[in-house]
Parts: sequence; structure tokens; C-alpha cells
Amino acid sequence: MNYADYVLAHFAKELRLEWRARDAINGMLFFTLLVVVVFAMAFDPASYPTITRQISGGLLWVALLFASMNALNQSWARELKNAVLDAHRLAPAPGSALFLGKAFANFFFVTAVEMVLAPVFAVFYNLHPLGQTWLLLIVLPLGTWALVGNGTFFAALSLRTRNRELLLPLILFPISLPALLAMIQATTSILTGEASPNLWIKVLIGYNVIFTTACLLFFDTVLQGE
Amino acid sequence: MPELVQPGSSHPLPAVELDRVSKIFGNFAALREVSLAIPAGSSVVLLGENGAGKSTLMKMVSGLWTPSFGKLRVFGLTPADQRGRIATMGHASMLYDELTGMENLEYFARLYTLEGQPAPRSELQARAAAALRAVALDPANTRRVGEYSQGMRQRASLARVLLTEPDLLLLDEPFSNLDVQSAHAMIDRLLAWVDVPSADGTPRTLMLITHQAELASPLARTTVTLRQGKVATIQHRQEGAHA
Repeated sequence: MNYADYVLAHFAKELRLEWRARDAINGMLFFTLLVVVVFAMAFDPASYPTITRQISGGLLWVALLFASMNALNQSWARELKNAVLDAHRLAPAPGSALFLGKAFANFFFVTAVEMVLAPVFAVFYNLHPLGQTWLLLIVLPLGTWALVGNGTFFAALSLRTRNRELLLPLILFPISLPALLAMIQATTSILTGEASPNLWIKVLIGYNVIFTTACLLFFDTVLQGE
Repeated sequence: MPELVQPGSSHPLPAVELDRVSKIFGNFAALREVSLAIPAGSSVVLLGENGAGKSTLMKMVSGLWTPSFGKLRVFGLTPADQRGRIATMGHASMLYDELTGMENLEYFARLYTLEGQPAPRSELQARAAAALRAVALDPANTRRVGEYSQGMRQRASLARVLLTEPDLLLLDEPFSNLDVQSAHAMIDRLLAWVDVPSADGTPRTLMLITHQAELASPLARTTVTLRQGKVATIQHRQEGAHA
């Protein structure tokens, strides 16, 4: 066994659990689709294409941020049931492998939702990106990892508290603000074509490197907390 | 000085050693300056009323909780340094309801394989299947653990801990949901387990909490009774009782 084997074991288990329970993806999908439809009805985006391009980046990421809260909480709630978390705490496998396995799985789930959401978004908001569309293939994964990497860590941190559903956004949102700003600005730049998204992409890369490293370093302490 | 509960062990290090160990929750002391040494190869039954501190003691020995005061060693090191050598079976099954027994055990077999050790999938599956068969569960059963009866869960949970091949096995009320026949089968399985040293020659040690003292008597080579967070009595099967 090496480190990657442990990560893979956790990742495969998460996919299997979600495939059987389907509580994370379904919830996220319905929530984000509702946001898209409700805002499309409220703003009449077809009549104001310029404004639509300017707000749709923010709308997309905020919808994903809110939707991922439920999935992040769910992914750890499974570990509390039947005290499975205690079995993880006693296992010789590195704790950070559990974090990475879960974060990769959450990344996969949120990306799957984005795959469904993106075409719906484009249709409902009549979007024709004026910038380099291919850059979205960089911004979307970077932004998604910024959400789920930190989210998985802070969901674990708030796991043993009574109001974990409330606590997670209270901790996660302020910490995610720089990343949220970067992903919104980068997406908006691509959609409007008015500015280069390169700076914001660099901010996202830096944010992900710093926070992923910190999460990996501190996760074992969080996992072993009483 | 820690009190030796069973003299005459040939293994140099005690399996568990508590030196004036206390556990405080707010203003309540669940354990108060408990000193105890359990030699490797022992089979110890912990008795006591509700709130006596049995589960607290077990959780500290397993490494899930740390002592508020005092020193606790498992095979000479802290429980955190002995991960993989200690297995615990508590009130909860520590299994995923959405997975089958076989899927659960294969997953945990992987997690409890030490870094650097080979773990081919076929070997892990064979170990998981053997562990399930040992507790009279069918490895081919496609029912998820969430659909198991309480007794089946209990047995699957035992299979999970035995699969990890621990040197120290901690069981908290393992017979609570079992019928008499299944309980006796579990006791026979545990007796067979504790009498055979592990692969590296370390004598296996068993600590068991139960309220069914008579049922667990074959395993009670030493009986420790806790009362209000302190050791009240220690009894050896041959030597008789002493306080």
C-alpha cells in the first residue's frame, strides 16, 4: 500500500456510497437548476445581454457555493453514522488520505453538476462568451477545487458541533471570499471579453496551493480531535 | 505504581499500562487516578455499573480519547503510536450502512494495511471473506449492512476488528444484541483468537466490557471491577479475589 492507494480506496468508497444514496448530487442539481430558472425569470436576461454577461459569472459560482454546502455536510455525516469516523481515527492509514479521497469525490460531484448546469445556464441566459471560452476549462476546475478543498476541510472541522449545517457556511464563506472573487472575476472576464482573466487565474492557483497544503498539514489534527 | 493484574507474563512490555490516569469532563471525573498494568496475553473482563468509567477507560486505551492526567501506554507507546495494533468494537458497528458486509470489510482491510506492505486485491478479498465466514456470515450476501439485523451487524463488526489482526482487542458490550447461541459462538471465536499469538509472536490481549458477566465468564481470566471511576476489585480466576 502506498499513499495513492489509500486515497484511491477512499475515493472509490465515496463514489460507491453516493451512487447508492444519491443524496449529494441530486440535492445540488435541483438547487442550482432552481436558482438558474428563478433568476432567469426575475431578470429577463435575453433583453439585457450585456448585464447578463456581467452578472452570470457571479450567479453561477454563488449558486454552486450554496449548493455544495449540503453535499459537503452530507459527505461527513455519513462518517458519523455508526461511528465509522472512529474506525478511521484508529486506522494506520494517513488521515490526509481520507481528506484527499473525500475532496476528490466532492470535486467529481460538483463537476458533474457543472456539466449539467453549464448548457442550461447558456440556454436560459442566452450566453455567448466574448472572451476566450477555452479558459473556462481552467477556471471551472480551479474554482471548483477552491470550493471543495476548503469545504471538505471545514466540514470536517465543524463535524462534532451541534449546528454544523450553520457553522460550515459561517466559517467557509469568509475564508472563500478571495477565491470567490477570483473565480467570479475570471468567469466574467471570459464572458464579457473586456479584460484578461489571467491575473484572477493566478490568484486562484495561488489560493488553491496555499489552502490545499494547509488542509493536508492540519487535517490529521482535525480528525483526531475529541 | 501500576497494579499488575495478572503476574507471570513472559512478554516484557505490558499490553496496557495506566499510571494515575484520570479523565475529566467539565466538573465530572469519569476516571480518577486509575493505575493498572495488563500483561500481554491477558483476557480481561471489565465490570461495573453504568457510569463507572468502563467505556471511558476503553476509549482512552483505544486512543479515541486522551487522558486528562496521568500516563497511558500500550505496548510501551502512546495509543496514537500503536494505530493498527489496537482494534475496538463499540456500541456502533463502525460500518457503512450503504455497503455490503464484504465491501465494508474489503475497504477496512485496505485501510488497516500498513504503508509499504503489499495489498493485492485478491488477498484482501480472501481475508475479508474468511473473516465473514468466521462469524457465520455469507461473503456473497448482497444485502447492505443497513438491512442487516442487529445480531448480524454485531457479527459483521466483530469480523471487521478480527480482520485487522490486532494485538489488542477492545470490545464494549459485544453480546448485547446477540441470542445465546450466537453469543456462545462469539465467545468460542474470541477464546480461539486470544490463545494464538499474532504473526510476530506478540501474545494477543483482550479487554471486554459487559454487563453479562456469567455469559462472558469463559473469557474472564481476570476480572476488573470499576466503581465511580476507580478500580474497586481485581480477581484472577485461579488466585481468587483481592481488593
